Amino acid sequence: MNKNIKLVGVGGQGTILAAKVLCSALIDAGYDVKMSEIHGMSQRGGSVSSEIRFGDKIYSPVIEKGLADILVSFEQMEAARQVGYLKKDGVLIINNHKINSMVTLNGKIKYPEKIIETLSKQVKTIVIDGTKEAIELGNSKVMNIIMLGALAKAMKLDNLDFKKAIKENVKPKFIELNLLAYNQGLNK
Amino acid sequence: MKKIMTGNEAVARGAYEAGVHFASAYPGTPSTEILENIGPYKEIIAEWAPNEKVALEAVIGASIAGGRSLAVMKHVGVNVAADPLFTFAYTGVTGGSVLISADEPGMHSSQNEQDNRNYAKFAKIPMMEPSNSQESKDMLVDAYNISEEFDSIVMFRMTTRVCHSKSIVELGERIEVSPRKYEKNFGKYVAVPAIGRKLRHTVEDRLNKLKKYSETSKWNYTVSNNSKIGIITSGMSYEFTWEALGETVDYLKLGFTNPLPKDLIVDFCGKHETVYVIEENDPYIEDFAKKYCNNIIGKDLFPYTGEMTPDVIKRCVLSENVEGIETNPDLFVGRPPTFCSGCPHRGFFYELGKKRKEIIVAGDIGCYSLAVGEPYDMMDWLICMGASYSTAHGAQRIIDLKEDDNRRLVAVMGDSTFFHTGINSLLNTVYNGGNTINVILDNRITGMTGQQDNPGSGFKLQDDSASIGDIESICKALGVKHVRKINPNDLNEVKNTIDWAMELTETSVIITDWPCVLKKKYKESDFNIYEDMWKTKDIVIADKCTGCKICLKSGCPSLVFDAENKKVSIDSNTCVGCDVCLQICPFDAIVKEGFDE
Repeated sequence: MNKNIKLVGVGGQGTILAAKVLCSALIDAGYDVKMSEIHGMSQRGGSVSSEIRFGDKIYSPVIEKGLADILVSFEQMEAARQVGYLKKDGVLIINNHKINSMVTLNGKIKYPEKIIETLSKQVKTIVIDGTKEAIELGNSKVMNIIMLGALAKAMKLDNLDFKKAIKENVKPKFIELNLLAYNQGLNK
Repeated sequence: MKKIMTGNEAVARGAYEAGVHFASAYPGTPSTEILENIGPYKEIIAEWAPNEKVALEAVIGASIAGGRSLAVMKHVGVNVAADPLFTFAYTGVTGGSVLISADEPGMHSSQNEQDNRNYAKFAKIPMMEPSNSQESKDMLVDAYNISEEFDSIVMFRMTTRVCHSKSIVELGERIEVSPRKYEKNFGKYVAVPAIGRKLRHTVEDRLNKLKKYSETSKWNYTVSNNSKIGIITSGMSYEFTWEALGETVDYLKLGFTNPLPKDLIVDFCGKHETVYVIEENDPYIEDFAKKYCNNIIGKDLFPYTGEMTPDVIKRCVLSENVEGIETNPDLFVGRPPTFCSGCPHRGFFYELGKKRKEIIVAGDIGCYSLAVGEPYDMMDWLICMGASYSTAHGAQRIIDLKEDDNRRLVAVMGDSTFFHTGINSLLNTVYNGGNTINVILDNRITGMTGQQDNPGSGFKLQDDSASIGDIESICKALGVKHVRKINPNDLNEVKNTIDWAMELTETSVIITDWPCVLKKKYKESDFNIYEDMWKTKDIVIADKCTGCKICLKSGCPSLVFDAENKKVSIDSNTCVGCDVCLQICPFDAIVKEGFDE
């Protein structure tokens, strides 16, 4: 049975590293894996996404609308933008954090309200204070690995060694911090 | 050994395994990472060229001299390189030669969606199309065998999803190939008309041989699931079709796609009631197949534009729509890409914006194209690399004919675009006595594609020492009398310089000189030029902020307006202290961090 996981956020939030760690763990466990991301224009503070598909045999590297099993959003508004990719019985893991876009920064349009309340009525939603907890751990950047921990819990697969994958994909001096972040997410 | 790789990483590995000696490229999404990943292989000489034509020409020279050579570019880059390509197609190769074209169905980061398979047919050269990372590597290795066997450059057509998606690759070893002997061969390489007329026949003979090869190529094969329905497809569309239709159909998978295998196609169509040709963009396979078979469905059903993702195929073939969670448009607003905090283009466009009614702005390809959006509204048009100066010149000629229109043409491009094809355009303007204002936004790097070095950066792909092309001297050498180099973060200097240029009646050049905020590599001497760069952040003195929002016109993402208490604050995580907002604030409410009130 193939599974589809989509990670979304804003350029610079670390979706690519989180996706990379997830892919490493999946490959080590013997799955066929494909991953897709878009480079270029979209990186300058725009919306970004990484898509991971795994199973016995994977053909397409992209996830179509309505077919993601889990959507992990590193930012509130991005969850609302991308929620259409989720299956009706899928799971949304959302970082309780807002990042303004150019149009809300200058006060012309307000950042939308009640995003989490509305989405949680539509779909099974797990809310993580990822950014807040990452700052408490000493580095706002490890929010992505806290979210990865929460994803690991929701995936319910005991054959994945995320800690090994983190060690392989993170710079040596940040391994310890990232393992702490992972555990934090896993224990939500 | 197995590894998960993007198509770009895999094709770079393929170049290594194929024994390639020389590779050249100009960066462009989605092709950029191919040469970046070739760079670390010390066995390959890998170079950034100032443009795609030059890259291909260097590769042609390397091939003639006997080396295995590789040129890499995005789809529109092939337009720039088309001139040497069409003649190299006549002469053939000494060492194997491959041109990688990275196409963009869906236009994720491009200005058009041209289908470069047409180029292979047009130039009469063999073409290969991989579907995934493993094929990207293996096919490239074989492309060199084909190139040398059939004496032709091979076009290797990838697309965004092949380039940027990751899948598992079984690695091989490098085949060490010594460069072949070069001997002067007038009848082969000197494309004067007399020789060209002979080579013209050689090209047709070669095509006939390639037609036979195409029928038996291991890259063209059928997959039978005992279905009455057949699918003919290539590239990423093959993976997408398997995903959508799986084992319910039979496949004719085409990896060698110029010339197309007529007999294979006719035989496949003869064995199936209905055959769908599924391909992105143009009906390239379809138009060929429909000449010989009458049971084919193609673009009569499938869209011409965009990617042929599994949902599109399911919708077209099965009338099946997948429904997911409903999206509520009230819960999100746009998040367009924008200039980074500290981007050196910000100050210039802020000041230029004040002249908006007096000017027409010709744009170009690069990060500064983001000035098209809020709050700058700075581009009247944007065509292709290097076109801003030349289109501006033509436009100014016509505007000047009109008695009731006094607007001035301002043309903007970056340093990498200037080196790419901008120099020629500026030469045209100054030679013909044009009076446009030509701006070089010199951020000392190729920014949009992700920090590739260029002839002005002082670095090469495989080496930290490079001569630096001096833009100011180049402009003067072309004959431009009015050249000023300014710091774009000094708004007074920017304003005065724009005023100066607006008064001139001859060609002028403004060079804005400040590095990209993302730039990673610097020369020691740079720190003398860019003194105090990004040392102290800017902060808002809340008591002084009146909430006038004038600073927000700078479009800096570090400025946050709080609608409740009507004050602006600066995000200290992202502010680098460029001081643009500090200079804009009419109430002196923004100061340097640590400033003593």
